[in-house]
Amino acid sequence: MTKDMMRGFDLYQPANLENALNLTARLGKDAWLMAGGNDSLDWFKDRVKNPVALIDLLAIDSLKGIRETAEGIEIGATTTLTEIANSDLVKSRYNLLAEAASHVASPQIRNVSTIGGNLCQDARCWYYRAGLDCYRAGGKKCYADTPEGMNREHCLFAADRCVAVSPSDTAPALVALDATCLIHGPEGQRSVKAEDFFIGPAVDIERMTVLEENEILTAIQIPDRWAGANFYFEKVADRNTWDFALVNVACAMRLNNGTIEDVRIACSGVECVPKRLTVVESVVKGSPVDDEIAALAGKSAIRGATPLNYNHFKIPLLENLVKRAIRNS
Amino acid sequence: MEPEFYTPLGAGDTPKSRSARVSRRSFIKGIIATGATVASGSMLGTLAGCSAETSSTTGIAGTVERLITLNINGKSRRVDVLPQETLAMTLRYKLGLTGTKLGCDRGECGACTILIDDVPTYSCSTLSHGVRGRQVTTIEGLQAANGDLHPVQQAFVDELGPQCGFCTPGQVLSAVGLLKVNPSPTRDEARRAMSGNLCRCGAYDHYLNSVMRAARTS
Ligand SMILES: Cc1cc2nc3c(=O)[nH]c(=O)nc-3n(C[C@H](O)[C@H](O)[C@H](O)COP(=O)(O)OP(=O)(O)OC[C@H]3O[C@@H](n4cnc5c(N)ncnc54)[C@H](O)[C@@H]3O)c2cc1C
Ligand code: SF4
Ligand code: FES
Ligand code: FES
Repeated sequence: MTKDMMRGFDLYQPANLENALNLTARLGKDAWLMAGGNDSLDWFKDRVKNPVALIDLLAIDSLKGIRETAEGIEIGATTTLTEIANSDLVKSRYNLLAEAASHVASPQIRNVSTIGGNLCQDARCWYYRAGLDCYRAGGKKCYADTPEGMNREHCLFAADRCVAVSPSDTAPALVALDATCLIHGPEGQRSVKAEDFFIGPAVDIERMTVLEENEILTAIQIPDRWAGANFYFEKVADRNTWDFALVNVACAMRLNNGTIEDVRIACSGVECVPKRLTVVESVVKGSPVDDEIAALAGKSAIRGATPLNYNHFKIPLLENLVKRAIRNS
Repeated sequence: MEPEFYTPLGAGDTPKSRSARVSRRSFIKGIIATGATVASGSMLGTLAGCSAETSSTTGIAGTVERLITLNINGKSRRVDVLPQETLAMTLRYKLGLTGTKLGCDRGECGACTILIDDVPTYSCSTLSHGVRGRQVTTIEGLQAANGDLHPVQQAFVDELGPQCGFCTPGQVLSAVGLLKVNPSPTRDEARRAMSGNLCRCGAYDHYLNSVMRAARTS
């Protein structure tokens, strides 16, 4: 347990968003935002990240809860995954998200993990988490993309020096539901499509999202457009509890007399961002749901996949998950 | 740059805090040696809590107060809590409630499971300052005032649930949390609710039998 003593930090528990934003502005790089803490505390215990100040977001009531809006629903950033998984509103309209949320980690983690934290969590590459000086940590090499590197969990697509993947189970569901992330910063409010919220190493190798240091993710909005559609979520991991997805898939589909009228499909575990499979979408749109189109969807999902030494298995895994998603949505 | 995998205890801390930690340890040892049970949380808390210097003792505007009141097992406990202190640490090493176990300290085993407002939570992954105003229940808080075991504890005994017992407090609290929201779970629901608690002895089926018995008897 000697590894587990966190370094001291100043703890702030602002009661409203304005105070929190003032703090981020005042403290700048020294501050770390924390919600449920499931990602953050590991970093601190390992002493890999040592913030001077911690801003606990959980005392801010306006960031909590699930509301109906004129355009759909809005989920506050610190709403827990258990609340989302159990919410009648979410289950009745966007069961895809409820399913995804209920597949994260373990019951106790879901009880405190927030949707905001699940989206903003950092890469789970163990070289990086162990504190090595890799590209993502500001260094000049990647330890995973080497002949001996343990890269079974790493990416198939869009590698750019870093080969880490998006670890989140809820992110692909929100991309498939065409959700929007609401962000507050010193200059006011902006909204970013879930699809554009995540960024890969080619854009910025040290960040996973578009969030600037002094910005706070405040809510997720899901439009009516996909309410009550046909959904499919599946996650494959080594163990059903705790483990991150090797690959997961989230699909929202509108059928008209057995024909795929519209569809959005995304997956985590294969790229640094939740990958929206636009090629699959255009291949299947307008077709009846049958084995043939599902097989074609699977084949198009893996086009361009570039495996590393130990993750070839992810190619047939992705292919089969997409096949099933299209056949069973 | 050579990466640091295992940072020795106290590295990076001031010498003052290092020696203070030793004195905390000998203080706790002293308590064990004299056989004293934890009578006064506030006394123990003050002594143990002043061990490590952190910058927040300088009282920067807006930071938390270190001396706080927590509601543990229905009692108000005054305790001096560091900003970076987890609830598992406070419970075990400030309040003497060592029924809460630490297995991994990483949210990966469930040994530290406690209830916060009746919801099963990993106390190793919760900051103590975050539970002010909430009801914390540990394994010590389950039995009745007259010493009778909680029905879930009794069911665990009757079904010979535990093997070595290390994971048991966490298993019991997950079961108690489940039965609060779902008094008659199916075996599968119980399995799912208990899935955040590892058992190295592999007593899973015995635990499930215990939960199902508890659902019938409570
Ligand atoms: C053992 C274990 C197993 C796990 N398994 C899975 C899994 O299977 N699937 C999965 O998806 N995840 C998994 N996780 C990750 C976990 O679900 C996420 O870490 C959790 O959802 C993060 O939520 P939090 O509120 O606890 O995050 P925190 O640790 O509080 O925050 C995570 C990050 O997001 C930032 N952040 C949080 N909220 C905001 C906000 N509102 N605005 C801006 N930034 C913010 C924080 O600064 C921090 O960098 C696992 C974690 C552990 C410890
Ligand atoms: S995959 Fe990315 S995070 Fe992992 S070692 Fe390489 S650069 Fe670092
Ligand atoms: S000690 Fe908390 S989950 Fe293992
Ligand atoms: S009884 Fe030994 S770890 Fe569960």
